[in-house]
Amino acid sequence: MMTLPRIENAGLNAWLVRLFEHIDDTNLAPIMSLARQCEKAFGCALIDLTPSYTTLLVEFDLLWITPAQALLKLQGLLAELGQSEAIAEGPLKQLPVWYEPSVGPDLLRLATSNSLSVEQLIELHTATIYKVFALGFAPGFAFMGSVDARLDAPRLATPRPRVYAGSVAVAGRQTSAYPAQSPGGWNLLGRTPVTLFDRNREQMSYFQVGDRVQIVPVDKHEFLRLGGDPTPQENA
Amino acid sequence: MTFKSAFKVIQAGPLASLQDAGRFGVRQLGITQGGAIDLHAWAWANYLVANPWGAAAVEITFGGLKLEATTDVQLALAGADLGATLDGKPMQTWTALQMRTGQTLAFSTPRNGLRAYLAVAGGFQGEPLLGSLSGVAREKLGGHSGDGKQLALGDILHAQQSAGDSPTETRQIPPTEKLDYSRPAVLDFILGAQAEYFSGVSLFEFFNQSWTVDNRSDRMGIRLNGPILQCAINNLVSEGLALGAVQIPPDGQPIVLLNDRQTIGGYPRLGTLTPLSCARLAQCLPGQQVTFKPIPTERAYRQHLNFLKQVGHSKLSE
Repeated sequence: MMTLPRIENAGLNAWLVRLFEHIDDTNLAPIMSLARQCEKAFGCALIDLTPSYTTLLVEFDLLWITPAQALLKLQGLLAELGQSEAIAEGPLKQLPVWYEPSVGPDLLRLATSNSLSVEQLIELHTATIYKVFALGFAPGFAFMGSVDARLDAPRLATPRPRVYAGSVAVAGRQTSAYPAQSPGGWNLLGRTPVTLFDRNREQMSYFQVGDRVQIVPVDKHEFLRLGGDPTPQENA
Repeated sequence: MTFKSAFKVIQAGPLASLQDAGRFGVRQLGITQGGAIDLHAWAWANYLVANPWGAAAVEITFGGLKLEATTDVQLALAGADLGATLDGKPMQTWTALQMRTGQTLAFSTPRNGLRAYLAVAGGFQGEPLLGSLSGVAREKLGGHSGDGKQLALGDILHAQQSAGDSPTETRQIPPTEKLDYSRPAVLDFILGAQAEYFSGVSLFEFFNQSWTVDNRSDRMGIRLNGPILQCAINNLVSEGLALGAVQIPPDGQPIVLLNDRQTIGGYPRLGTLTPLSCARLAQCLPGQQVTFKPIPTERAYRQHLNFLKQVGHSKLSE
């Protein structure tokens, strides 16, 4: 059992701040609060911040700060973290989803394997207000949780070589939507018409870490009206 | 700024793309770093044509690329010897020279190292995306076309309007910096916090055995083959990955994560290579042997700053 938080060496110009041991919805606020504090404290010496479920990776510019100075700064921020004011909850974003086997070929299988009707599965998947814990895998790919335990399902043994953009999927206690066509090993339930990543948009990624997400089921008519692409997902 | 056409691609090689120092401040969106995978050679190529730190150069992997100059241009080559020729005559790596309109610069196959850098005075130009021209194919971001595609037949590379018309100052690279990539690579390694989960035998073997570069290697990461390393934990919660992180998946064979790595991941990590050792590793061909040597952070820091000073980083040469 380690004592947390602790600051771990992550290379010449990076420290990894480990704040928690396990994934929990309440981890997000302190991690994002520390990220904001880092932005203020490091200023132009900051290169990048990568928040995730239990950690914050802090990368800094060696031209402005030494590794030892960066460590001291982080130790100072952690000491004050408890006292800083709580940060507000992230904005609530809606994600319309068309649950349909032709675009979500794992929908029926997952319902059967978890002893649910398709209606019950959809109800469980839409009942939770999810939180965005991290973005990764691909630009704009949001790792959201926590999915109801009754929907828990392992990743596919063999990832699909091609998952279409907008595909909404679950894996374990996480859910996400694929921003672009890519290989993928998550269970596909349906598709969203929302463009999740657009480099020509000012906010390129529809989701940001810390957002709260409400899934709204839509029918085919609404999906198409919102600009969704109904191309069937091949199951191979 | 107006750009002018500098080169036309008359033969596409297996892999060539524009790369600069990389893309920063966007990791929280899941966007990778990108950038020259051999920071050392890229920086020296730009140094030769007196470019400031950060200018985009063409990163040529394996060779095969053929370019025709569409204007008179001042250029430099650094990094791997890919058998470059100018109108059929052998061209030296680690040098700058003037190329005339209509002349052809051709790369054949690797003779020493794997990746060459072609810099032009003023730097290659294009529409920066998120502050960088680096092309990342997997993310369909950046590069000369803006959508991450590698150089293809008929593509045009642009340079600054006025640059390259007359030779700039003559610059030389210190002989010690012209690396011989065929020599065994000794990589500087900073031990990480998760090293505590690895067995003593595994730690011993990591530093005392040599490792072979696997052919399943690319700009995301380089796999190494050697003794099977044993780790007490299998999977962690996914967390941010820094350049050079050495992760050990369940098969016990290390993967060194490089410029186009995934932003977060959940395999245990033994530690991190220094940026200069990442650059050195990126020049190794599959089958080549490498060894790891522990380095204190303080020494690695001085080494890195000295490098930035040598290549004329403006903040250090003021």
